[in-house]
Parts: sequence; structure tokens; C-alpha cells
Amino acid sequence: MSKPILSNSAGTLQAVALSERVHWIGVLDPNLRTFDIILKTANGTTYNSYLVRGSEGVAIIDTVKEAFAADFFTRLESVARYDEIKVIVLNHLEPDHSGALPELMRRAPQARLYISQKAQSMLKALLKQDALEFTPVLTGDTVSLGDRTLSFLHTPYLHWPDTQCTHLIEEKILFSGDVFGCHFCDTRLFNDQVGDFRFSFEYYYAHIMRPFKAFVNTALNLIEPLLPLQQILPAHGPMLRDQPQRYVQRYRELSRSALESDIGADEKTLLIFYISSYGNTRRMAEAIYEGAMSIEKVRVSLYDLEGGEIAPFVDLIEGADGLVFGTPTINGDAVKPIWDLLSSLAVVNLKSKLGGVFGSYGWTGEGVKMVEDRLRGLKLRVPIPGIRIKLIPTDEEIYLCREFGLELAQELLGLRTAKVIDLADLG
Amino acid sequence: MAKASITFEDINVTVSAPAGTRIIEISEKVGSAITYGCREGDCGTCIMKVSEGWNNLSEPSVLEDKILRENMAGKHNRLACQAQVLGGKISVKPV
Repeated sequence: MSKPILSNSAGTLQAVALSERVHWIGVLDPNLRTFDIILKTANGTTYNSYLVRGSEGVAIIDTVKEAFAADFFTRLESVARYDEIKVIVLNHLEPDHSGALPELMRRAPQARLYISQKAQSMLKALLKQDALEFTPVLTGDTVSLGDRTLSFLHTPYLHWPDTQCTHLIEEKILFSGDVFGCHFCDTRLFNDQVGDFRFSFEYYYAHIMRPFKAFVNTALNLIEPLLPLQQILPAHGPMLRDQPQRYVQRYRELSRSALESDIGADEKTLLIFYISSYGNTRRMAEAIYEGAMSIEKVRVSLYDLEGGEIAPFVDLIEGADGLVFGTPTINGDAVKPIWDLLSSLAVVNLKSKLGGVFGSYGWTGEGVKMVEDRLRGLKLRVPIPGIRIKLIPTDEEIYLCREFGLELAQELLGLRTAKVIDLADLG
Repeated sequence: MAKASITFEDINVTVSAPAGTRIIEISEKVGSAITYGCREGDCGTCIMKVSEGWNNLSEPSVLEDKILRENMAGKHNRLACQAQVLGGKISVKPV
């Protein structure tokens, strides 16, 4: 297949035909190196926008980052007039897709904007325009372009609350928004022509979609019945026209937990991470480990942060049911390796996991409370107050640590009895 | 004094507290994972789910309703820094 022609002989940018009625009118941003603070890209990205022509009007699916609006409008003008545009769909409102929307609506005032139900409040906050008219849509809602029909799939949290996909029914094309996308810029545009972009696809999933695995699985339940699709057209990176179902399958694989096959369904996992300067926090960790090990059906693991890298620990944490962190307090704070780990967890879902904290200290011991607050901030539940021990633990204190471990393991299995207290007794 | 019984489901603790107590005052003492930002009903950080006893809480103010809406809160959500326990049984958890 020949390379797509992005501009004509006079150098004017052109739309690229994806079928007789569908065109790519996106833009290339080869100079981008950092996206959204958290993502790197070695060759830039694309902001993909699409145009669908029906017998009764034209639809635009997504726009581009504002700074690239001129290229987008030039490509649009190569295949349609503004007065033909009947429908504008935003699958996702992030500024790299909504940036050219205000100007597009100014040029095509007759067009109706379709966004997801959850996008409504975001639209106002992003565009700062009260007067913008729109229609909120949910799964199953459709809009007709005559002989072409767009149908919407409500796929929230991939990776914002507002995200949705749009299905062009007659052509079996899915406009997937950020789902199945990646930051990869290649003028050959199509997955069967660009350079090897698998690493970008996986990297994008790992940083953007991974925290929302449960939502990915729910979305795939809506998308898989549409297979076989002719094309999947994401909002970034290569357009997937060659075996698009492979990318759907890969999302399904990535959204499964790798540990599922090893740990029984009736078992729980508890990870104890610690770091210790003089061995006191380590002795506490070992006692907690012993205590937790005395309960069956809980698989307990003990890890010294000094001996590991963060990335594999993040993978372990994602699959675990309970997490315990041991830190000494040094100069009024928990120590850096603990904070480094706790600031690396935005890519995984921690909600409702069990948390616990312990540590030895010299004279103040704030570290334990600080880490407990951090765990609550990360949406873990912290039902058992942490243990702080001044310098070297006594035998009695080691016993308390064993009890702490035992209680954490019992809590994981739902074996702890409910506590009833009076507010007045809490002081 | 009339008392209410409020359960924090995430830590499985039930507290008996005088009517009129704001949930923030109880949850912070027992260590529930409901987290707080501004603590005055403006930021939406402390949105919680009320799973039982909705009517045993004070009515949301116009301002609280506005913050809940802006934060896309669900039907059974309240701000823990604003809701006061009135009596009976209540059950809440972090969202």
C-alpha cells in the first residue's frame, strides 16, 4: 500500500481517506516530548480527528490541540464545507481534543455537539462558555447522517470521567478516543505502515489506562460485541485498520491481573514493606510477618525496600489485598524510600485495599501517622491503628507487633469483630 | 441527649455520638479513610457514600448540593464535613 499523502503538490495539507466516506483530518505533533507531565514520547504524537460524510450531512469526531487548529481546519476544508457540518462529537474533552472546538463551532454554528453525560460539567469548566449548546448521550443513543449512523458507547474513566467511544455502524468503524491510542508520530499513519509502535501502545496503556482496569473491562464488554471491526480509529497514534481486534484482545490481556492464576480465590495476599536503619523497624516487620503467617488463607510476603526497585513493587501492590509499610522516623518524617514508593502508585487502583503502618523512632515518631494519612489519601482503609516503638523493641512490644500482624491478617479475611464505641470515650 | 449510631464500613467501627455531631468530628477520631480538604464544604474532597440512614442525617444545604453536583457525586453521596448525625442508625464509607 502506498504511503498516505498528507499534502498536495502546492504544499497545502490534505485530508487522508480511510474509506469513501471517512477521512482523517488530524494533525502531527512530532516535537512533543512530554505529555500531561507524566508521559514521555520519543517521536511526538498525533491528534487524530475524523470526518464522516453521510447523505444528510457531515460529522466531525474530535478536534485537536488549540495550537494545531490551523492545520486541522486546512485538512477539514480539503474535504468539506463548514455549512455541511451537522454533527460534532467529542469522545473526550481533554484540551488536546477539545482545543479547536470553540473555533469549529464558530465556523459551523448550525452543528450540534454530542458529548457524554458525564462531560457536561467539564465542558463548561474547560471552555468557559455558558452559551454552548450540546446534547448529552449514553450507550445506545444514535445520531443519523442519512445513510450513515453514529452510535455512542458510554465508556467512562478511560481515562477521564467523560470518555466515550463512537461507532459508525454501517462501516464497522470505532472512533475510540484515547482507548487503543498511543503517543507515536509517524507520517505513514496506519498500523500496517508505521514503524514498530508496540512499546508506545503498551506504555500508553500502563500509564493512562492501567489505573482504570475495571472500567477497561466494562468498556471491552461493550466493544467486543462489535467485532469484527473494519477499523479502530483512536485519538492518538497509528490508526488500526490491520487486524484491529488484536488491540482489543491485548487490552483484555493487560486488564487481567497476572497473579490471578497463582493465588486461590479464597486466599488473600498481604505485603509487608519496610526499611530500617539500625534493625529496629526490621525486627518489628519480622514480628508482624510471623503474626500474619499464623493465619491460614493469607499469603504474607516481607520485603526490604533497600533490596528492590520500585516498579516491580508497584506491580505486586496492584495485585495485593493488604499493604503494610514500616518506616523509621528520621528528623520528623518517614524516610524517602517509603515516600518514593508511595508516590509511585498513581498508576494502580488501590481503593479499599487494607493498609497498616509501623515503625521505630528515636524521639518523636511522626512518620507512622504521616504514612497512615497518605494511605487514607490513596483510598486505602486503615482500620487498625499503627504501631510506633521507641528505639529497640522490648519482648512485650515484639508481642504487640505479632498481634498487629495477626489482626491485619484476620481483617483481610473478615474475621475481626466489629467495634462499637462511644464518641465520649475517644477523648 | 439524643444519640445516633454511625458505622464506618471501611474500618468496621460503630460509634455512638450525640445528635448534631458532624461526621468529620467522628471519622477523624476513629481513623476512617474518608479524607478531608478544606473542611468547610467547599472542595468536595470528603464526599462519602451513605449506605444506610440517609434520613438520619441533616438535610444538605444549597451550597452542599452545589458542591456535590460540581463533583459529579452520586445519588447517595454527602459531604462528611457538612452532614450532621441526627439519630437512629447510619452507615457510611469513603467513595
